[in-house]
Amino acid sequence: MEQENIPTIKPEPEWMAQIESDRRLNISSCYQCRKCTNGCPVTFAMDIYPDQVIRLVQLGQRDRVLRCNTIWICAACETCTTRCPNDVDIAGIMDYLKERAIEAGVHVPEQKTYIFHSVFLNDVKRRGRVFEGRLMQSYMIKSGELWNKIKDGSIKEEISLGWTLFRKGRLRILPKGIKAKKEVRKILM
Amino acid sequence: MKVSYYPGCSLEGTARDYEESIQAVCKELEIELQELPDWNCCGATAAHSLNHWAAISLSGRNLVIAEKMGEDVVVPCPLCFNRLKTAEKALLGVDKGQFQYTLHGKVKVWDMANFISQDGVLDIIESKVKKPLEGLKVVCYYGCMSSRPPKITDAKDCENPVSMDRILKCLGADVIPWSYKTDCCGASHVIARPDLVFKLVGKLYQKAAEVGAECFVVSCQMCQANLDMYQDKVASKLGTEIYFPIFYFTELIGLALGNPGVKTWLSRHFVDPLRLLKGKNLI
Repeated sequence: MEQENIPTIKPEPEWMAQIESDRRLNISSCYQCRKCTNGCPVTFAMDIYPDQVIRLVQLGQRDRVLRCNTIWICAACETCTTRCPNDVDIAGIMDYLKERAIEAGVHVPEQKTYIFHSVFLNDVKRRGRVFEGRLMQSYMIKSGELWNKIKDGSIKEEISLGWTLFRKGRLRILPKGIKAKKEVRKILM
Repeated sequence: MKVSYYPGCSLEGTARDYEESIQAVCKELEIELQELPDWNCCGATAAHSLNHWAAISLSGRNLVIAEKMGEDVVVPCPLCFNRLKTAEKALLGVDKGQFQYTLHGKVKVWDMANFISQDGVLDIIESKVKKPLEGLKVVCYYGCMSSRPPKITDAKDCENPVSMDRILKCLGADVIPWSYKTDCCGASHVIARPDLVFKLVGKLYQKAAEVGAECFVVSCQMCQANLDMYQDKVASKLGTEIYFPIFYFTELIGLALGNPGVKTWLSRHFVDPLRLLKGKNLI
């Protein structure tokens, strides 16, 4: 292998130290055994592996990490966190990094996932509980999926699914709200 | 027996079959469920993905209500359960001062399947079984959130949970051991990345078929929906036929106890379970 072709990076460990003190997330203990990656059910859809995310955080590669799709593909199944021999909360770090990616305003590679989370929280903000029918409408419009599905004809499948749910008595017509809406809204401000 | 009850948003809507079977079965078992007054959404995946502080606070508010009620709180949705437990650990932990809600650790948060699988409750179920589920070959599928991570859930057996296995054995079913009890179904990815979910559930069908199961038993409405609603689609993608009814464990308790609501609950499924149950003379 020609060594000169390997890109070099300058480690900047300050970022890791900041995360560790900010949210009590343990990152420095990772010794790259890759148990997290080997047990992860969704690596097939990730651009970098979970162990690589942790290594890049250790090396302070903030831009690279905040732009990866891995943090959004993570299904939060907690297998990695459960099995890590060094008590690294990998799934918790994925959440922390999603928050930082939004804060930094970087382009989110999994736009639809981000939009789904956002409309979900907006729905909770509105009435304190999620109203599934309204949530799906908002998602379809905001994500552009409504137009995509009209264009490619797959909207028929969505309508059929919704109709079946309705026919089977599983779609509420009216939402249920809570009394303490203001308190919940304040949490989500 | 009196307990507090946190149903969660799905059980008011698409998981109505789960809610109806829980209410009917708990009534028969003389478990009095007192719904937490004015409970709010736990925040689910959205909150913990985008706003850690809000995720703890949303679930924390429900725990404060539960402590006021004074009884242990039983939670059917494993994701809600996991979020409430996460808030419990945060609000009783070293960083508790960061949050607006204060807890005293006076009530226990229960995953419903774990609650029902206690020896005392199983004894009651056993004494009331009218129609044992003989010959019904089931795999119990737990998914992620009632088990992992054990530091949050306090699960003693997170790699091999047995609560539903114990319940189904008590009902007389043929519970088949398999290695995919706690594999992930992809959960809410079904909205934005259905391709991921189809791949994950495709593997679950395949592995259940390999061990000779005829149906899945679940305790999570997200797992139920992902396994039940898109079965035709996954089958055509895999170029094979798939027929796996996906039961909530409470529906099968109701069936074995002879509850008259069973047919109504099962009629809300996408994959019709009656074909299987009629073939076994169970309905």
